[in-house]
Amino acid sequence: MHEMALAEGVLRIVEDAARREGLSRVRAVWLEIGQLASVEPEAMRFCFDAVTKDSVAAGARLEIIATAGAAWCTQCSTPVALAALGDACPKCGGYRLQVIGGTEMRVTEMEVE
Amino acid sequence: MCNTCGCGADEVRIDGVAHAHRHAGGTAHGHDHDAGKVSGAQICENGAQPLHHAHAAGLPAARRLRIEQDILAKNDAHAAHNREQLNARGIFALNLVSSPGAGKTALLVKTIRALADRFEICVIEGDQHTSNDAERIRATGARTVQINTGKGCHLDAHMVGHALERLDPPQHGILMIENVGNLVCPAAFDLGEEHKVVVLSVTEGEDKPLKYPDMFRRSSLMLLNKIDLLPYLEFDLELCIANARRTNPQIGVIGVSAVSGEGLSSWFAWIEQGANHAHAAGPKAARAQEVGPAEQQMAFARSPMR
Repeated sequence: MHEMALAEGVLRIVEDAARREGLSRVRAVWLEIGQLASVEPEAMRFCFDAVTKDSVAAGARLEIIATAGAAWCTQCSTPVALAALGDACPKCGGYRLQVIGGTEMRVTEMEVE
Repeated sequence: MCNTCGCGADEVRIDGVAHAHRHAGGTAHGHDHDAGKVSGAQICENGAQPLHHAHAAGLPAARRLRIEQDILAKNDAHAAHNREQLNARGIFALNLVSSPGAGKTALLVKTIRALADRFEICVIEGDQHTSNDAERIRATGARTVQINTGKGCHLDAHMVGHALERLDPPQHGILMIENVGNLVCPAAFDLGEEHKVVVLSVTEGEDKPLKYPDMFRRSSLMLLNKIDLLPYLEFDLELCIANARRTNPQIGVIGVSAVSGEGLSSWFAWIEQGANHAHAAGPKAARAQEVGPAEQQMAFARSPMR
């Protein structure tokens, strides 16, 4: 359940921004979570609701945008789509893959008052 | 939770002492938050754009605030600070991860005893509760700090930073961080180590690298522990290694038994090579102790089981 620690990280970023910008309320928060980031969106939502309860972001909507997983296949020498870790290269069927995208976990935007 | 540094002050205990502190009013806090300051965070407003709905008069207008920040930025900043300190002292640091009961502590005890005459080994023990493991390690004479994470399912770089302050590890030594037993959560949290080493015991089944791929992807080495039990198990060794390499083609593999001692010499040699490298690199960033898969395959082949 590392989503709890991640949700606390999100809250820290939101509260820092709120302090800096003098915000009274945060209505929504957008996250970009990579397909290969090992984050369970439903757990993330649950934890976000729990940690923001008594904060400036209490009751805020959480929008999670999934970004696609991508890998470099050293056999094909080409970037390929990778839906899950442990999947084979869609071109050659091999596993000589280096993940190059889809592991990001970022706060990208907020709707604020 | 502390909003300045994010430490879970209510829960985390280091050697049994609560990490309670106050930031307001200039109260001494005992650690430096500079490492946790996120640099390069960009905030740019999209202007006070009215949203696509009408506002009743008197209600504050909503606007969009563009913010580009990694959720783990604070942890990563603390990790970078830890790494800097460790590199400055030429310390080789490993983050041992596994499920509970895979044998991390037993392996550590054997490792410390075998290498004690060549290296000073310090240990940071992570568990939700109890100092049982720290006591087992302390019995070897190694300097040890226990972190109890309370409800936390992993160590983070901030906790490890505090443990390092307390441990004050000597130059050119080895730091072993035994993470909370969990094959999921510790994967995302960089602690400032040189390598993650994942311990998988053969009683757990050969499919674990596929079930918990992130941990195996982020580890440099897989220690397959309890190989003395192989004759009694239906465990497909080749398949397990193939599964680990499906998520991480570079991962090294050494088969060991903390009980019988099989394979341990290869593991000790791997540590010694890394420690000598870190020592020689000194203050320079010694991030990559590259050991190619071919060489690691040999390390495995040399172990008595093959």
